Amino acid sequence: MTEPVKKQRPEFRNINAFTDLPSYRLPLAGLVSILHRISGALIFLLMPGIIWVFDKSVSSEISFGKFKGVFQGGWGFVPGWALKLVALALIWAYLHHFIAGLRHLWMDTHHAAVSKEFGKSSAAFTLILGSLLTLALGLKLFGIY
Amino acid sequence: MSINFGSQRLVVGAWLAQRVTAGLMALFTVVVLAQVLLGRGSIGYDKWAGIFAAQWMKLLTLVVIAALLCHAWLGVREIYMDYIKPVALRLSLQVFSIVWLVGCAGWAVLVLWRL
Repeated sequence: MTEPVKKQRPEFRNINAFTDLPSYRLPLAGLVSILHRISGALIFLLMPGIIWVFDKSVSSEISFGKFKGVFQGGWGFVPGWALKLVALALIWAYLHHFIAGLRHLWMDTHHAAVSKEFGKSSAAFTLILGSLLTLALGLKLFGIY
Repeated sequence: MSINFGSQRLVVGAWLAQRVTAGLMALFTVVVLAQVLLGRGSIGYDKWAGIFAAQWMKLLTLVVIAALLCHAWLGVREIYMDYIKPVALRLSLQVFSIVWLVGCAGWAVLVLWRL
């Protein structure tokens, strides 16, 4: 059986996470995508903490006050400001996951949105909006206003 | 090479379930956020607990917790399928994740109905 000779295409196997991955150029849409995954994983891992916060905040006046106080006085050996940073990370995670998720839904339902240009512009919008809202809520959390 | 253990319907079902649960949770977020923000100053205990006091709100929150359980499970399942090739390790992580999520969901439901 004679077949035309196929051009030898380069093969990339055994991609090394530390030497190969950092050398790839990640487009904006790619950054939004991996952050979508990371933010989801973060929420998954901190879920018991979130439920704990919900529990304390909704159970009684006293526990509500205690939960608010944890951000001032700390919890065990963890200082209050460190807990605020964790809360801020969680806030960013939820905001980014939410906005990137809406971007997904938009692209699922609008054929015209599935283009390289929209991919780039919507990715930039997602990152900027997420960062701005995180900043605004962070300032509120740390008592700046 | 992995063996196909399911049909295309399961794949489409998972894709759709992700979107539907996401949409439901997004609506819920907007509804609760609106109630929190439509008030002057910092939200106090009475108003916050008051949001979740009504039975219909508890039931709605219950549905959202179920949606979150489904959404989170599908999400981490995707992550494990992408990065964890050894089957024994992936299966263990999946079992742990389901226990984790069911535990969280159960705790949240208990909190709601203690109100």
